[in-house]
Amino acid sequence: MQNSERSFPKHFVASIEETPILAVDKVDEDAAPSNLWRDAWRSMRGRAMFWISLFLIVLIAVVSFFPYLFTAEEPNANCQLANSNAGPTEGHPFGFTKQGCDVFARVIHGTSASVTVGLLATIIVVLIGAIFGALAGFYGGVFDAILSRLGDIFFAIPVVLGAIVLMQTIPGTANAFTVALILAVFGWPQVARITRGAVLASRNSDYVTASIALGVTRFRVLLRHVFPNSLAPVIVIATVSLGSYIVAGATLSFLGVGLPPSVMSWGNDIADAQISIRTNPQALLYPAGALSITVLSFLMLGDVVKDALDPRARAR
Amino acid sequence: MTKQNIPTESHTEMNSSQNTDSSTPLLEVRDLEVTFDTQNGPVHAVRGVSFTLERGESLAIVGESGSGKSTSATAVINLLPSNGRITAGSVKLDGEQLVGISRKDMEKIRGSKIGYVPQDPMSNLNPVWNIGFQVKETLRANGMAKNAKEAEAKAIEALQNAGLPDAAKRLRQYPHQFSGGMRQRALIGIGLSSQPKLLIADEPTSALDVTVQRVILDHLETLTKELGTSVIFITHDLGLAAERAEKLVVMYRGQVVEAGPSREILANPLHPYTQRLVAAAPSLASRRIQAVKTHESIDLAAPTSAIDLQLIERAEHREEVAATATPIISLKDVTKQYKIRTGTFTTETLTAVDNVSFDVAPGTTTAIVGESGSGKSTVAKMVLKLEDVTSGLVRVDGGDVSQIKSSKDVLAFRRRVQPVFQDPYGTLDPLYNIAQTIAEPLVAHGIGNKSERTKRVKELLDQVSLPASTMGRYPNELSGGQRQRVAVARALALKPDVLVLDEAVSALDVLVQGQILNLLTDLQSDLGLSYLFITHDLAVVRLVADNVCVMKSGKIVEAARTDEVFDNPREKYTQDLLAAIPGASIELGS
Repeated sequence: MQNSERSFPKHFVASIEETPILAVDKVDEDAAPSNLWRDAWRSMRGRAMFWISLFLIVLIAVVSFFPYLFTAEEPNANCQLANSNAGPTEGHPFGFTKQGCDVFARVIHGTSASVTVGLLATIIVVLIGAIFGALAGFYGGVFDAILSRLGDIFFAIPVVLGAIVLMQTIPGTANAFTVALILAVFGWPQVARITRGAVLASRNSDYVTASIALGVTRFRVLLRHVFPNSLAPVIVIATVSLGSYIVAGATLSFLGVGLPPSVMSWGNDIADAQISIRTNPQALLYPAGALSITVLSFLMLGDVVKDALDPRARAR
Repeated sequence: MTKQNIPTESHTEMNSSQNTDSSTPLLEVRDLEVTFDTQNGPVHAVRGVSFTLERGESLAIVGESGSGKSTSATAVINLLPSNGRITAGSVKLDGEQLVGISRKDMEKIRGSKIGYVPQDPMSNLNPVWNIGFQVKETLRANGMAKNAKEAEAKAIEALQNAGLPDAAKRLRQYPHQFSGGMRQRALIGIGLSSQPKLLIADEPTSALDVTVQRVILDHLETLTKELGTSVIFITHDLGLAAERAEKLVVMYRGQVVEAGPSREILANPLHPYTQRLVAAAPSLASRRIQAVKTHESIDLAAPTSAIDLQLIERAEHREEVAATATPIISLKDVTKQYKIRTGTFTTETLTAVDNVSFDVAPGTTTAIVGESGSGKSTVAKMVLKLEDVTSGLVRVDGGDVSQIKSSKDVLAFRRRVQPVFQDPYGTLDPLYNIAQTIAEPLVAHGIGNKSERTKRVKELLDQVSLPASTMGRYPNELSGGQRQRVAVARALALKPDVLVLDEAVSALDVLVQGQILNLLTDLQSDLGLSYLFITHDLAVVRLVADNVCVMKSGKIVEAARTDEVFDNPREKYTQDLLAAIPGASIELGS
């Protein structure tokens, strides 16, 4: 570029053809409609991890509802000690347990109990936690102080330890519901805390003040504005903790305080298999693998949902 | 894609006059193109921008948000976000090409040759390091200090130059101990500490109160004059740009639409966009209205626009109506105190509003002006019954607001007094579509059935000039100005008598702001609304308000008719505020 071209034009005006001006603040009437949930769905739809985890979760659901679709074998009826610790054979792809039961059939039939415990525990935790957290965050003051301290007390007790102690005091045999309930007793503070934080954040937003000034009652504001806007982190924590409650349920079974041995569950099978781990690892590995895949698919879904609901994580 | 949009005639015309010196210009930007890679494909944020800056000169790039003004400036020092890149053009500093040089070479130039003052003083200082560390870091990075002792001495000097008293002591303080103005001074000190030849100031004072803004800009001006530093201002405020810079570059949608000497552009804007901008800039419009009001016969820099005349006409109409009526809002000796916890058991009383009294006549606009922390928003909240008064009396249409207790009476009160808030992004629930948002007050008050509500929503959208197709949209699909229109429509749904506008236009771009102000005054004359207008911007007050209360630390220091306040401000503080309106010192006309 020549030196002579450097000078600044005295008063430069761009030609209007090249810089057409638009109407101020015109509404784009053709744009595709979007909102948080629609955007989230669009973002999830495009991710392989979402479809993989969804496929696995659907598969797990089908297995737990219709186990006979996958195996004709009765898991307990045909146990023959002759087959004890035998390797895979025709029709018994995973081999046999020490008791001579078909491992594949046991894994398939154990799905239902394991997943039920996880699902129930998550539902109870989210219900209690979201309600307590939302009330504490929205109303604040003494109410918040009491609920938060109560939560802290439960939070301080490790879930498994607390559950072991409580399970032993429960008369009669445990079923999926009691196990889930006891896990939830120690699990709700986490959800409550997260809900409380989210509610606190949206409680002070202008649209809440505006609604109150419009004459909407406070409880209705909580229900219609604050809570829906605090839901995203709760959904995320729910999907993530579902996996951990399945593990916790299995842990309790493994420790012998969860579901009774008569109920088939992955936790019980893992517990039974530990005696013969050297001679017959398959009896341990298959239920443990099923557990891992289940937990992993819920964690993956949780991760995708988390990214989809967080606009900052979404590539813009 | 590169378009040569600088007509060649203008170059040849200039050659003879300015080609006498041997030196090259300090900064020469030619046909700069910047592209951002986004999810929706590439976005051409800057398209063929060219400008030149001579030594010791100041230049302002003016434009609305999204015009590419900041992007152009950050491209000069290559501080673009990771998804942005320069796709064409050249940037020459002292004849040396800056586009395409290595990161290491660029780091040498940043700080030492080009200083940068960022926009937000609150987030641009690292809260975990003291101020001294952050100044010394810059000095050392640019090789200005060899040892700790020298760095210390130079850091003190830099802060002193930036106008911070007690600089030696300040070095050991942390950002949270500084006020906004002090932080911006520290940032200016850091930006100038290595005595760069060029300083880029990106909206350097838009986060500060106007009086602080003025002092800081004055100081920046003397400082850069002394050092002979060239300055590029990035700003949305045409008044500020024209006052502080010799040259203007007006940007619109990534392109330069007009460039030249500030005064000339202000006096004779040629591009339709610049003409709109000059017509709408509150700092300029307020001066024109002032001139018309006082019948000054000065030649106005820009012709009085149609909007100006309309605003004046509406104001005159309001004055006639308001003369006799009894006040619709009346505050008497209102005080609001907050208890602030200072320790576990100790509290301190903070008086946010101190003995405030004023009246608002029906159908008129009263503005409450003040800087941050003056208590103006607390007054608004008390009028809205969102906060209770500590002592004193707030009356709306004769009734004592604090006596409204039963939920039925509260509901009736809410019907009559409605708010519009500042932040267009926070004021609408993101999960509600526009129709639901506007219908919410109707639902809450049990007015009409579903089809009647839909009809009313359409009517309201029409009143705020939004197409009916907006009904199914969600807030994140609308611009700031459009959201603010929705907020106004929602506030009008119950046919209130009073709107409390809390900085309702402060966050909007100039043209959009002008549009909303026009809409508000239009609605006022149509519906006979009374406005309580809370703002920090005196220029906007001139455009819309009939009466002004100037607040400072919880007290009203001056209350009078708008004309009186602007003609003959009695208090020193009001005078300071008026003088601080950017563009106030521009000599209009010849």
